[in-house]
Formats: sequence, structure tokens, C-alpha cells
Amino acid sequence: MTKATTHGGTGTNGGTGTTVLSVEHVAKRFGAVTALRDVNLRLRRGEVLGLIGDNGAGKSTLLKILCGFHRPDSGRIVLNGDEVTLKSVEHARSLGIDAVYQDLALVNELTVYHNMFLGREKVRPTRLLNNRAMRRVAAEHLRDMGVNIPSVDVEVAKLSGGQRQAIAVARSVYSDARILLLDEPLAAMGAKEGALILDLVRDLKRRGEVSIIIIAHNYAQVLEVCDRVNLLQHGEITFDKATSDTSLQELTDLVVAEYRAARGG
Amino acid sequence: MSETIDNRIGETRAPSPGPPARGPLRTGAEAFLRRREASILLVAVALFVYFRTASDVFLTNDNLVNISQVLAPAAIIAVGQVLLLVSGEIDLSVGMVFTLAPFLVHYAIDYYGVFPVPAIALALLAASAIGFVNGFVTVVLKVPSFVTTLGTLFVVNGITLTTSHAYPAEIPPAAVGIEGWFGRAPWAELIWAVLIVAFFHVVLTRTRWGLHTVAVGGNPLGASEAGIRAGRIKIGNFMITSVLGAFAGILEAFRVQSIDPTAGGTGIMFTAVAAAVIGGTALAGGSGTVIGAFLGALVLAVLGNGFNLIGISANPFNLILGAAILISMISNVYLARLRRAGR
Repeated sequence: MTKATTHGGTGTNGGTGTTVLSVEHVAKRFGAVTALRDVNLRLRRGEVLGLIGDNGAGKSTLLKILCGFHRPDSGRIVLNGDEVTLKSVEHARSLGIDAVYQDLALVNELTVYHNMFLGREKVRPTRLLNNRAMRRVAAEHLRDMGVNIPSVDVEVAKLSGGQRQAIAVARSVYSDARILLLDEPLAAMGAKEGALILDLVRDLKRRGEVSIIIIAHNYAQVLEVCDRVNLLQHGEITFDKATSDTSLQELTDLVVAEYRAARGG
Repeated sequence: MSETIDNRIGETRAPSPGPPARGPLRTGAEAFLRRREASILLVAVALFVYFRTASDVFLTNDNLVNISQVLAPAAIIAVGQVLLLVSGEIDLSVGMVFTLAPFLVHYAIDYYGVFPVPAIALALLAASAIGFVNGFVTVVLKVPSFVTTLGTLFVVNGITLTTSHAYPAEIPPAAVGIEGWFGRAPWAELIWAVLIVAFFHVVLTRTRWGLHTVAVGGNPLGASEAGIRAGRIKIGNFMITSVLGAFAGILEAFRVQSIDPTAGGTGIMFTAVAAAVIGGTALAGGSGTVIGAFLGALVLAVLGNGFNLIGISANPFNLILGAAILISMISNVYLARLRRAGR
């Protein structure tokens, strides 16, 4: 096992487990635009890592690289000690990395239970969909997670934004993901539903099987559930501290300082 | 993002409080009306009742055979168009594949001495290659399918006309033995159509392929993020459509006992798209039913036949067809909104 030694962060004691995922010197350009310059990031087992940063800092690009949607131009991704090349979303998922996206990967025209199983549907030996099993498991799972919807038979289009987000999160949790990537899981969410997702994350953290990276704009919520916070600025991680070692004030000041610097020229 | 905004977004989409109390009869009626095929089925039944009273020969066996022979090829092609439309694409070239396919059978049998059934299989294989080209250009080269298939429409038509020198051909004598199975027997075409419709209804509603077809059309980005290979689904649906078009063309050639370079074409293609659309398939992708398309083809066939019987000239037929498309689309949009609003 070639344990990664070149971590960007220092003085982090948020998680106690071993490193499950590390990103080393990852860069990504889209034509003339440099989305990621040189990203170094480490995620420990059972840890919840908050990834913050202004719009355009590269958060979503980084997440899309980690879930196999984009390929980095350079740099390494080390998963459980082994360097991996994530070929596709399916490939990343087969390695236990799964993502919930900002733009909600649910299909409005399909029912809740079909969405829950989208891309990994249960089929009978005849290769026909096993709707009964999917319906049952989806209903059970959503109930376990406290997600309140009228019925798993309704089309997703009929649900509220918060309900849809909850289903998207529940879907990822249901998959055997070991590393969960949540892109703005609290966006478009009411206070009650937001609290539900936070509870969900806490619950997962308690179980300790899943490591989570959360992208968020709302720093207060990040501090509430995350063990550690990383700040992404201009395609680099410029700040890496345990949540207990930082404060809402410090995080806000950092981002405001960046804004002022950009403003002042 | 502030909490107030979040709340507002959450609430505008919130479903209505609870379903009102309903009796079993109303529940049944509502469940029926919520089926996408309901409106078109009602129209079909109404037309049957009307023409039955207006004409004595309408329900005779011969006339029903006539209707079935108009209905079947349109329905078979419409099945393919539904799959494509649901996945967000369209195939304008399928009518020309319909024309080319029986010529390919004829060439294989008469020029290369291939046995009839393998010759049909070869023609279907060639059609699947055309479908693959449609899909490849659309998906990989990213040309909109409307334009891709507009191009292949002319290319395929050109192949038919140059290879046949624009002359019709006879059914190869070697194939006479199987012609009953492939469209010559009175109900053969309809039986094929029903089997194909039933099969693809199951494919669309009960298999991963069908589910992914809906997902790819409904939310392309979301589908690919869920690990669905949208390109594979779309290319596959182009191939299915092309093969179905070829098969319908072969059935028609056997039925009319001639291989005609002017058969099919854009006429049958647009009839099939009309059948799909009247049957409740959205051009924007994400929703549609194969059974609806079959009923759409039935309505069109019955309309044409009935007009003929009661002595209305064929000329106003397109007026009716156009109005039917518009009315069904407007009511579809309206009904979809009703369905979406809850109960």
C-alpha cells in the first residue's frame, strides 16, 4: 500500500481513520479557462469534509472529476492507497464513489422508485423490471431515512424541490457508496427539509462507514456537520482546518478577503 | 443561499394537500382518464360507432381487412418513432428505408441467389446499419437528428432510385412461398403489427432499456450522471426504428405484390409521426406510449377509410389530420398539466 504522503493540508485532526481518498496536484482546463490549478485534498474514513469557495473557484469541477464525469489533465487520484483513473461515472460508482448533483439528477417523468434505482434497476431473471421489489425497497428506505413523500408511485415532477433533493440524497445513500459527494445538498430546501438532510449526514457519520464531501455555500451549515473545512480559491485548496479549529467568522473573513482582493485589483 | 428563498422554492412546488374522498366508480374513471391512451381510445371508439351507423359496409370483414392494412405499416413505424421521440430524437429517413428494404430483398434473391428468409434478414441488417449511421451522426458527431435524418432521407432514396433505375420490381418467384406469412394473408400485417406493438410496449414500460429511454429524453444530463449511456440508448433506438421501417416496407411489398420505388417515403413517415403524436407522445422527449401510437394509427386509418365509405372526397382528409394533430397536442399539454398538478 503506497500511502500518500504529499498532502496539501497541515494540522488536520478531524478524522481518526485512514485516508480513503486523496487528490494530488490535480489540474483541469476547459479550453482557455483553468478550472483547477493544483488541487491537493485528503479525505479520511468516516469523515465529513466541507468544501467551500466562491462561485467559479472550481468546486463543481473537482466534484465532477472525483465522480468520474470529467478526467483531470494532470495529477493523481488515490483511492484506498491505490492510484485510480476514473473512466466514467459508472466506473467511479463501481469503486464506491457516488455523487448527488446540484442540477438534480432526477428524471421528472419517472416515478420516485424508478428514480431511486435509476442506472441500477432491479430486474427479474426474465430481464423485466422488478417494479414490486424496487417499490418496496424504495418505500422502506425512504421511511428509514425519514423522507416524507405521498407515495413512491408518484412522478418526481409532482414533488417539491426539497423532496426531490431528499430523494436524490437518499438514492446515493442507498447505493453502496463508500465516498459520497454532495453538491449543494441544501440548495432549494426549506428549513425543515434542510434539517432532515443534515440529520441524515450526521446519522451516516455516526455509522462511520461512509466518508462524505459536501460542497456548500452556507458556511453555518457546513460547520454544523463537517469535521473539516477546505477552502478552494482559484483552483487551489488554500485553507484546510478542522471545524473545531475554525469559526464561521474566520471562514466568512477568508472569502470576503478574497472578494476584496479581487475588487481592489 | 438564504433560508427564505429556499422556503419559497420549496413551497411553490409543494403538492396539493390531500386527495379528496372518492367513490370507487370515480376512482376507476379517473384512473382510466389519467392513462395517456385514454383520450385517443375514446376517439377511436367514437369513430367506430359513427362510421358503423353511417355505413353498412364499415364493419364487414373485407373493410376491416382494408383498415388493418392501412393501419399496420404506419403502426409498426410509429413504434420506432415513439422510442426515438421519447428519447428526444426523430427519424425522417425511415420512410425511405421502408422503400429500399424490399428492393434489397429482391436484389439478394434475384441477383445473388440468397434464400428468401435470409434475404429478408439481410435487408433488416442493412436497415440496422442505416439506423446506426443515423444514430452515430446524431450522437457522436452531434448533428441534430432532424438534420441527420433529413440527409439520410435523400441518400437512402437516392440509393433506391439509382439501383432500381426507378422501375418497380416483381416479387421474386422464390419468395412466393413465404409471402402469406409476410403480409399477403389478409390479417398477416395486422398480426405482425400487434405483436410488435405488444413487444415494444413491454420494452418501453417494463425493461431497463425503456426506462433509460425515458430518462435520456426527460433529463439527458441527469441520465448520464446516473451512469446511463445516453448514446447507446439513442443509437439503439435509431437502429430499432430503421429495422421496423424496413420490415413494414417488406410486408407492404408482399401485400401489394409489387416492389415500388415510390411506395412509402415521407408520406408513411409523417403518418407514423402523426400517429405517435396523436397517441400522446411528446416531441420534447420523456413521455410517450407505444399503445397510444397504435391507437393513433388506428384513428388515422379509420378516418381515411370512413371518409371514403361515406363519400367524402379524400381532399379534406389532410384538414382533418392536421386539426387532429393540433387538437391532440393542445389537449396533451393541458392534460399533462392537470396530471402534474396532482390529482
